[in-house]
Amino acid sequence: MTARFISRKVLGSVATLVFVVVFNFFLFRVVETDPVASLFRGKELSQSQRAELTKQFGLDGSQGEQFLRYLQQTATLNFGRSYQTNQPVATEIRRKALPTIALVGIAAILSAVIGVMLGIAAAWRRRTATDYAVTGFTMSTYSMPDFWLGMILLTVFAVGLGWFPVGGIVDPASNATGFGKLLDQGKHMFLPALTLTLAYLGEYAIVMRSSLLDTMREDYLILARAKGLRDVLVRNRHAVPNALLPVVALMAINFGFVLSGAIAVEAIFSWPGLGLATYEALKGPDLPVLQGLFLVFSASVILFNLIADLLYAYLDPRVRTA
Amino acid sequence: MSAAALPSARKVTWSRRRRALAGIWQEFRRHRPGMLGLAVLIAVVVMALAAPLLADSAGLKATNSTDNPAFASPSEFGPLGTDDLGRDVLTQFIWGSRISLLVGLAATIIAMLIGSAVGIAAGFFGGRIEAVLMRITEWFLVIPFLPLAIALAAILGPSIQNIIIVIGITSWPSTTRLIHAQVLTLKQRDYVDRSRALGASNWHLMTRHILPNVSPLILANTTLTVPIVILSEATLSFLGLGDPSNASWGQMLDDAFESGAVTLEAWWYIVPPGLGIMLVVLAFTLVGQALEEILDPRLRDQRA
Repeated sequence: MTARFISRKVLGSVATLVFVVVFNFFLFRVVETDPVASLFRGKELSQSQRAELTKQFGLDGSQGEQFLRYLQQTATLNFGRSYQTNQPVATEIRRKALPTIALVGIAAILSAVIGVMLGIAAAWRRRTATDYAVTGFTMSTYSMPDFWLGMILLTVFAVGLGWFPVGGIVDPASNATGFGKLLDQGKHMFLPALTLTLAYLGEYAIVMRSSLLDTMREDYLILARAKGLRDVLVRNRHAVPNALLPVVALMAINFGFVLSGAIAVEAIFSWPGLGLATYEALKGPDLPVLQGLFLVFSASVILFNLIADLLYAYLDPRVRTA
Repeated sequence: MSAAALPSARKVTWSRRRRALAGIWQEFRRHRPGMLGLAVLIAVVVMALAAPLLADSAGLKATNSTDNPAFASPSEFGPLGTDDLGRDVLTQFIWGSRISLLVGLAATIIAMLIGSAVGIAAGFFGGRIEAVLMRITEWFLVIPFLPLAIALAAILGPSIQNIIIVIGITSWPSTTRLIHAQVLTLKQRDYVDRSRALGASNWHLMTRHILPNVSPLILANTTLTVPIVILSEATLSFLGLGDPSNASWGQMLDDAFESGAVTLEAWWYIVPPGLGIMLVVLAFTLVGQALEEILDPRLRDQRA
């Protein structure tokens, strides 16, 4: 991979990030709100208290001054204070990122692995009962709203059968530590993780299936068979590695959505991550929190898009020369 | 042969287009998943159009359902039971299909208009215009859709019109990329050069030569965009950004969740709207994949 290719891609990503930062400012200034008034609804505020709060939220001065201050603050990862809790947005985001990364990260990995395996099984046994079953199943899960699947799993397995807790990340009544706490968290994570895994795996299976079907038409597979290789070897050594290329790109791109991907599902299971934070900020609307989340979500997508591009070029030399 | 006996150019064009459409239909008819999807779509569209005949819209108002039991199961009330306010779930389901389909189609049309216009302009003009337009497209591709749509919807306020606009203006970039790539190969064709040599304007070339040739691709892409849009609408409505007085299937799910249907195990309130979304999304996807196989030049030779 040439240095020129890499620097071109990195510069492109930086330009995109700058665009998002600027866009983010104007997007949230379109709306005329008075957060100070809505935060202290019904309470008497003196003129000086009001001015003090306006200043605290960074809403004083002209649009130009506000923009410059916004750029300065964003560069130092200061996203202002929440209208609802008056806490620094950056602190809240940092605190809530871990549960989201754990939940959605696990689901992203599981769905990729299971989805790819299903896709391979369907393509290799094309037009058999296996293929029809896998394609029918994955097309169905792909067509479901993920939060609907979550509601059904919650109704059946948590409320109905009582096998799992109905929400949250730990049992507030339990004071277990160490392994017991981990077990409790795992139990809380099971249903949301299952929901997201089922919701994501369809895309991997569909992409892997069609990619492998394309690969199976290649001449070098006929050669591999003509050499007398066993079916499993033809599949695992010759067909699958090449067919994995688009899946690798898809995986990198989907990882970019790990932070923002589970807003509705986190809300269903009251999972205390960035998704639930988004859901709650929407009710205000708590604009600084939404603004900060939007920036973090976008930055994550841009970063993983860059990784996808570089990884793809590394794996497939044709991309570099094109 | 006298000139009067010749059919007009317009007539020739239209009869050729009719033949092309008939050919597509001939191929589509043999595509079984595609036909299955089409049958489901026709059934849902008929239900949406016939909603006033199937269920009285007065049943959507809580003030008219005060005599009904709340959260009555299907065995106690009607075919699909009632919600927390005693409203008939079946009535809501039938009328909800209208909103879900309306938003799905309207937002897709906006996305297709922007996507095709930008794609054709970028591909046709090339140079600096292309560089700028495709850079903007790239930007919109990487801005995560859901947070952007949420931010816009929160700023604009909840209404059907705003949901349509928000989804429409966030769903076009992938169409632009597809159309742009296709236009790049089309504008190299001899007939474009010939028409230009005869003095055709850019507008004439784009609307009479480029657009008709990318329209099959636009059609297939439209059918594949509708399901994505319907799922987006459901998610936005579920997050409280929908219009509660014009409830779509997504809004029904939000109402169900907010009213505690999960805790009460009121499955009759939860299952129908989600199943409706799933069937429509699946049907559009099947039709879209069939059209894509028939119409997309890159996929045409792969069919075996």
